[in-house]
This record gives sequence, C-alpha cells and structure tokens, in this order.
Amino acid sequence: MIVQTTPPPDLPPLARLAPPSATPRWLSGLGQVLPYVVLVVFTLPILLLYAWLAASSFFTRMEGLRPAGPFTLENWRFLWAPETVEALANKPPVIPLTINTLVFSLATAGVVLLISSMAGYALSRLFFPGRRIFLGSVLLLHSFPSVTLLIATFMVIRQLGLYDTLIGVILVKAAFEVPLGIWIMKGFFDTVPWELEMAALVDGAGRITTWWRIVMPLVRPGLLALGLLAFVSGWNEFLLPFIFMPSGSQATLSLLVRALLGEGRFVDYGLLTAVGLYYVAPVMLLFLFAQDQLMKIYGGGVKG
Amino acid sequence: MALVDERVAAARAGTERGQAPGAPGWWSRYGTALFFMGPALLMVALFFVAPVVITLGMSFTDMATTTGLSNWNWSGLDNYERMARGSFTLLILGNTIFYVAVTLAFNILAGLGIALLSTHVEPRTGGLFRAIWLLPRISPSVVYALMWTWAAAAPPYGVINQLVEPFGVEGRYWINTDPWLMVLLVNGFVGASFGMLVFTSAIRSIPEELFRAAWVDGASAWQIVRRITLPLLKWPILFVLTYQTMSLFSSYEYIYLITNGGPGLYVTEVWSLWAFHTALNSYFGNLEFGYGSALAAVLVVMGLVVSFVLLRLFRFNDLVSEPRIEIT
Repeated sequence: MIVQTTPPPDLPPLARLAPPSATPRWLSGLGQVLPYVVLVVFTLPILLLYAWLAASSFFTRMEGLRPAGPFTLENWRFLWAPETVEALANKPPVIPLTINTLVFSLATAGVVLLISSMAGYALSRLFFPGRRIFLGSVLLLHSFPSVTLLIATFMVIRQLGLYDTLIGVILVKAAFEVPLGIWIMKGFFDTVPWELEMAALVDGAGRITTWWRIVMPLVRPGLLALGLLAFVSGWNEFLLPFIFMPSGSQATLSLLVRALLGEGRFVDYGLLTAVGLYYVAPVMLLFLFAQDQLMKIYGGGVKG
Repeated sequence: MALVDERVAAARAGTERGQAPGAPGWWSRYGTALFFMGPALLMVALFFVAPVVITLGMSFTDMATTTGLSNWNWSGLDNYERMARGSFTLLILGNTIFYVAVTLAFNILAGLGIALLSTHVEPRTGGLFRAIWLLPRISPSVVYALMWTWAAAAPPYGVINQLVEPFGVEGRYWINTDPWLMVLLVNGFVGASFGMLVFTSAIRSIPEELFRAAWVDGASAWQIVRRITLPLLKWPILFVLTYQTMSLFSSYEYIYLITNGGPGLYVTEVWSLWAFHTALNSYFGNLEFGYGSALAAVLVVMGLVVSFVLLRLFRFNDLVSEPRIEIT
C-alpha cells in the first residue's frame, strides 16, 4: 500500500533547530547525543550477530567475539575442495545446491512477475464482472497467513503429482507471493497515463500486444522492485522446500544450513558460518544496491 | 473520450443485467479479461481456496499415515473434541498467548522506538539504522537462527555469556536453560522491522509545520512525541498491531529452528507449531493429517476473520477504484 506513494522529502533533523529554552549547554549537547546512544545500544545485538558471522568464517576458532585461533581460509574450502570437508561427506555438494537455489528463486520471481502483471493490468484497466470482489480478496489474501494452509497445500501438491519436485515448490511459493504482487503491479499500472495505450488501441492493436509492447516497458520500476522482492524471498525460503521436497533431490542451500545446524551442539561453527555467509552474501549485495526499493516494498507488505 | 465513455457505459450495463457466460457476446467482451486474469485465478483457486476448503474438510476426518490417503473415514467432531480434552491443549494455548503478547509488545515498542529515533537524528544515519534493523528480515531464516544459536552457545563460545559474565551471571547454554527468552529475542528482533517501516513512513507524512510550531512554542522533544507524533500514529499502530497479532499466531518457522518446541515436552510449543508437528513433522512417525487440520483450521478461521476486519477497518475498499479505461 505504501509502495506506490513517493515518500515526502526527509524532515530536517529537529536537533538542528535552535531550542528556544535556556538549557545549559552540556544538557542540550546530551540531548543531541542521546538518540544516537540509544539507537546504537538497541541495534548492537544485530550488529554483533552479523559481525560474528563474518569473523567466525575466517578464524579456526572463536570464543564469543574473541578469535581463539589464527586467521584462516580453511573454513571456505567447501568451495574449492569440498571432498576434504568431513561434515559435508554425506551432504549434497554446495555448488549444485547454489544452482538449485538460484533456479528456484529466479523461477519464483518469473512466475510472480508474469501472473501479477497480467492480473494487475486487468484489474487496473479492464472492466469485468467480479472485478471489485477479486480486488478485495487479493488484499484479504495478502494479509491472510498462508503458512496455516501448508497441511492442505501438501494434499493439493500430491494430487497434482508435484510432490518432491522443485516445480511444485516454485508454484506454491509463487502463489503465496502473488496477492502482494498483483496489488503492487496494479498500483504501478494505475500511475501509467493511458493516452499512449489508447492511441495504440484505437490504431487497432490488440489488448495483449498493447499490454506487452507499450504498457509493460513503462512499469519497469515496478517489475524490478517486485522481482527483487520475490527473488530474495525465494532465495531465503526454508519451510516450503523442507516440507514439499523431503528427499532433497533438488535441495536448496537453506536445507543444507539447517542440516548442518541440526547436527547437535558440537557443530563446526567455522564451516557453518562460512556456508551461512556464502548463502546470505548475495542477498546482502542486492540489499546494498537496491536498499530503497526493498525498504519501500517491505514496508508495504511483509508477514512476520 | 466519448467513445470510451460509451463503451464503458455499455460494458457496465452488460454486467448489471447479469449476462451469463456463454451468452452471445460474453466471450468477445470478457475473453481478454479472462486471459489476463486466468493464471491468477488458477493460482488462487489451487493454493488458497482449495486449501481452505481441504483444511476444513480434513478436520472432520481421521486421515493419517496409518489410514493412508485413501482409507480414511469421516469422524465428525472427534478431532475437535480431542483438541478440547487434550492434556496439552491448555499448556500450548497458554504458551501461544504468552508468545504472541510478549513478541508483539517487543515488536511494536522496538519498531516505534527505532522509527522515532531514526527520524529524529540526521537522515542518512537514521536510514543506516533502519537498514540494519531490516537485515534479520531479509536474511534467510536458517542463517538468522544459526547466528542466535551461536550467540546462545555454552561457554566458552556464546557471546551472550561473554556479555553477561561481568555482571556475575553464570555461563550456560541459553537455549536449554532459558528457551523462552531466546524464542522471544529471536522473534522480537526479526519482527520489529515491519512496524519500524510502517511507522517511519507515517511519521514522514506528518506535516513539518506541526513540529516547527510546537518547537517554537517551547515544547520539549518528549512533549512533541507524546502530544503530536503518537496521536497521529494511532491508525498505523492499530494496523501493525492487528496485522502482526495474526501473523504471530500463525508463524512458527523461527521457533522451529531455535527450540523446535522444546527442550522437554511442549515447553515452547505454540499452536501453529503444534499443527505442523501433528500433521507434517511428527516425532512419532504417524502424521495425523485430520487432527493437524483441525488444529490448523482454528488458525485459518481466525486468519480469515482478522484479514476481513483489516480489510474493512482500514477501508481498503476505498482504494479499489473503478478502472479508468475500457475498450473491449
């Protein structure tokens, strides 16, 4: 809902406006520093978690945040010498898992983009019976906690013969993202001026041609934002492949991290953090470059 | 323009008469719409409508691994009776309410605090802090759980032990000794970003003159927050509150990864995890789809009701305006 509104420019920080009261200088100084102090203190746990993740993958041993061994790249040898990593002996190799994860997230994003932009276009531009009801139910489905439906989805997937296949997981994942996608794309189509489109239609181009050739290029920012969201969401997904692909024939990275983590208390944290960092790195890079898009879209609709 | 208006009027008249599919002209009029809507309708039918119906239907059966997917019987209200009489039902219900209430409070307060502070300080720095708070949300749940598992690890590994040792707290494996604390921290830090983003954009849309006027009148920062910002955030807060209550009731991914409902019998088990354990991930090997569906059905019905309330309460209908162009 917040996605398509452009945010107003940042307020100038209140701290810069001269305070009218005659507070002592040290106190007003404190007033300016205090917000930063509070922010840092509350944010510290998150920073520590990520700092440890990065540090731990480059040392032989860590005790809390203190490296207790020398700097090493050994933890990363799952990339160039996977056969020498004991903990990975009976696990699927990392590179094929990465490819599976990539295929899964790209396919999810593709399906979500196609279905959402088709339905979003129809809801923005066409008149047909049931339009209002469908639009209302899209919003209803978006806030509905789809995770409660997994038991029944399991039955649907079995009936479709897609149990234990990547395609089945892609369809379920895409379906859960589609309500938000439709809503976002409808918002973007709504902002496209329709003179161009009308000219094309009056010139005799069909609806579908007009949509694909004229309107779709104009909503590229929307497609990019939604594509990013669906990709990241697919990349991170754990529960769906875990439940719907039990044999792990086309397993994703999340299943590997979970399997390593689930092996008990005395896990090889060096290896685990290296794999974890390897897994989260692409998302971090995307976030670094597309922070604004992701922030806006996450504000508009995230479950959790 | 005139052309368009006429067609719109004609199209509307068509529907108002309730033209049935198959009536002459129906396909040529709505065929295009059907083409565009088809895939979405199919997705919604397969993965939302059918699962809701199946969940409710299965909840009246004894379907389980032992019966197989074909030899099951209708069992009336048996599953619901079992749920009501179950010796762990009250415990799990209590766990669920405790978990939702405390996590919700943490999420809202942290989200509100970060939103207020990060809009108060210099904008770039504020944005940086918001980005950091969003990190847990955009990280894979397994990696986020991995980081917390380490943080809670027994001495000499865990950082929590390192941080609290100077205060005389004995080192321990926190997930075993204080499972609830860990569950609440893990969910609290990941869930705060939703409120934070909603509140930030709400604070930014407050006209700046309000703040300036108050400032000139000598109001303190706290008074401005208390008397201007918070009252204007009433609706966003109510929205986040309702939305997150519902998603917390139905979410179990992080609890599953951190404690899996343990340690011990049902210590940190919540309702949604219980349904998941019963039907999809049983300790005992017998997956009870029927009983699990009954447990899930409670959440599904609640989800539908709350979603509907959200839809009405926040006037989403006003956003559902008529299309501006129609040439068929």
